[in-house]
Amino acid sequence: MLKDITLGQFFPGNSLAHRLDPRTKIVLTLLYIVALFCAKWFVSYGLVAAVLLIAVKISGVAPRALVKGLKPILFIICFTAVLNLLYTPGEPLVSFWIFTITREGVQTAFFMILRIVMLIMGTFLLTYTTSPIALTDGLETLLGPLKKIRVPVHELAMIMSIALRFIPTLIEETDKIMSAQKARGADFETGNILQRARALVPILVPLFISAFRRADELAVAMECRCYHGGQGRTKLRVLRCEARDYLVLLAYCLMLAGVLVLARFGL
Amino acid sequence: MSDIIKTEHLTFSYPPDEGKEPVQALKGVDLTIEKGCFTVILGHNGSGKSTLAKHMNAVLLPEGGTVWVDGMDTRDESLLLEIRRRVGMVFQNPDNQIVANVVEEDVAFGPENLGVPTEEIRRRVDAALRAVGMEEFCLHAPHHLSGGQKQRIAIAGVIAMEPACIVLDESTAMLDPMGRREVLDTVRRLNREKGITIALITHHMDEAAMADRVVVMDSGRVVMDGPPRKILVRLEELRAIGLDAPHTVELLHGLREDGLDVPLDALSVTECAGAIAQALQS
Repeated sequence: MLKDITLGQFFPGNSLAHRLDPRTKIVLTLLYIVALFCAKWFVSYGLVAAVLLIAVKISGVAPRALVKGLKPILFIICFTAVLNLLYTPGEPLVSFWIFTITREGVQTAFFMILRIVMLIMGTFLLTYTTSPIALTDGLETLLGPLKKIRVPVHELAMIMSIALRFIPTLIEETDKIMSAQKARGADFETGNILQRARALVPILVPLFISAFRRADELAVAMECRCYHGGQGRTKLRVLRCEARDYLVLLAYCLMLAGVLVLARFGL
Repeated sequence: MSDIIKTEHLTFSYPPDEGKEPVQALKGVDLTIEKGCFTVILGHNGSGKSTLAKHMNAVLLPEGGTVWVDGMDTRDESLLLEIRRRVGMVFQNPDNQIVANVVEEDVAFGPENLGVPTEEIRRRVDAALRAVGMEEFCLHAPHHLSGGQKQRIAIAGVIAMEPACIVLDESTAMLDPMGRREVLDTVRRLNREKGITIALITHHMDEAAMADRVVVMDSGRVVMDGPPRKILVRLEELRAIGLDAPHTVELLHGLREDGLDVPLDALSVTECAGAIAQALQS
């Protein structure tokens, strides 16, 4: 049952969005977020939304997958909307009991919902079209300059990719331990939350012990394959920015400039 | 120099548990492994065979005595990378030695660490995967492969460093019979076709039968050393140190006791069957 969990949802494909350099895509996502937060009114939001729609179309990701990604944050969306609706001062529209809904409140709530939804969709588009390894690689090179101030960028990237590598292994192991404990009469399905949480202890303890043992063995295996940190390391895959990367970057910069100008005129 | 690994009076003890006497795992091992040789190191649990293996590429350093890898003393830290490049190591649990979540990335891990140029890495990865017969899986995720396939990936990862010698530290112990077969066939082919020296640590007697040389260890010492036909037939001595002779030898031994004139050293099943058939005819 646990095997069905997938992390870092990645839909393999061969679209332009998939083939872009991961670094480009990370920068694009950042530009997109900045533009989204600078947008003020329908026109500027419309511009950002148009770019998102084109990007989704090009990526070939099913819009339904993007909408599904919104489910876990539905509560946050509603919560922010209600708060904005009730607590924005301005020209009152409706008034009941101690609450007043203002015209400005409706506006802010509406744009807030729009902003969160587009934010989630835009960032999901990045993880949907970029494999976890490419993403780690991209981050490692983008954050490269931080090495100068002694941020262990290579080590962090290595930790991240090893974590990704061991997720399925550890899930499989959890499954095995659960079956073993069930066979000895452990009960994970009944009781209140406290009892269920306590029932997890006999799973977590062996899981952690085995994870530590694995870490130990992996470290020796890595040393045996001449791992000695990031120094002098080469790569099988070299990230390369091509003309298309620069073109898309330019397009996104234009979008950001457009949004800034439009926001300036309050549009 | 034609020796790839040479140990002299090698001793080693693990740090003792609190309040206990230290246990000496190796008590003076003198062993020379020649280039191109397929050596099987046998021994039951606690005989020191794995400890010996870990000395062959400086995972452990000798407490007393010396280990040379291709003429390099393993205690010289400046030679560490070179030593580990020459002698690759494959471990028991395939899951705990695969680093990346794409097969070809994992095979590339060793050369990447050595700073090999990108085009050369590509060439080596392809060649290594071809050598273990896993080229069609190059873009697969390792956790979807079988145990034997994972172990072949681990071997490919070692080959990509172009080592002179591969040490397999009980690499077949966790595999099912199919997986064991796959790994052994791969290793044997690498030995024959590419001339890579193999040191296979195991407690399976039938794996010893295909070696050029068998080294038997017991309580930290080498107790027998020679070609399999000479070693594996010493039934009583093997039993005394907790090892069983191959089934074929057991059978032939039993037949001899019953008065049938068969040789003892027909190690493989076909050989054994042939020997019995011949004895029955005459």
